[in-house]
Amino acid sequence: MVDKLVHISDKVLDVQRIVDLVHSDSAGAIDVFVGTVRNSTKGKKVMRLEFESYDIMAIKEMQKIINQAKIQWPVEKMAIHHRKGILSIGEVAVIIAVSTPHRKASFEACQYAIDTLKETVPIWKKEVFEDGEVWVAAHP
Amino acid sequence: MNIQIRFFGIAKDIVGGSTCELLLKPPCSVATLRKSLMTLYPAFGDLKSIMIAVNDEYATDDVQLATSDDVVLIPPVSGG
Repeated sequence: MVDKLVHISDKVLDVQRIVDLVHSDSAGAIDVFVGTVRNSTKGKKVMRLEFESYDIMAIKEMQKIINQAKIQWPVEKMAIHHRKGILSIGEVAVIIAVSTPHRKASFEACQYAIDTLKETVPIWKKEVFEDGEVWVAAHP
Repeated sequence: MNIQIRFFGIAKDIVGGSTCELLLKPPCSVATLRKSLMTLYPAFGDLKSIMIAVNDEYATDDVQLATSDDVVLIPPVSGG
């Protein structure tokens, strides 16, 4: 059982466990974002994704996201768990859960977290197609 | 001075390995290192961005490098 709020794992992520991690009696809202592996990109069939992570720095950057969110919104708790390794279609790649006293802040803080994660956290995704593979977003 | 650099993602493919060591004239800044890497591996110029992390933090171009630093090249990230 992983009870860390920030975590990178090569094992299946459990949504309920992460929701439980951010539960707080003083929060009236928990917003959850679940990023999953889509079966196509620009009309091309995706076979699987491969995630690579610079773990130590990725953990640090995810922690910074939580710290920043807490400055901007009344966040009770926020958890960010990310997968690495090989993922099949439909598998969960990332889960972000955030608890706040009221719902609006939870939506906003969660959106901020996933948007920032995609810009700053050193994790890379490779899409594997039937006829080749591409590191996502590497080229302009 | 010798600077050891680690690579991830597409950078690993470009270099053909996960580490390399460069011999650079001191004092060496992140900007100097970036320029050397671009010269050695022109394919880095095709990427959307190249960041350098020093000791697990993003480093600006003016940061001076020491041989003991943990230097990592960060190609465009794509988590989530």
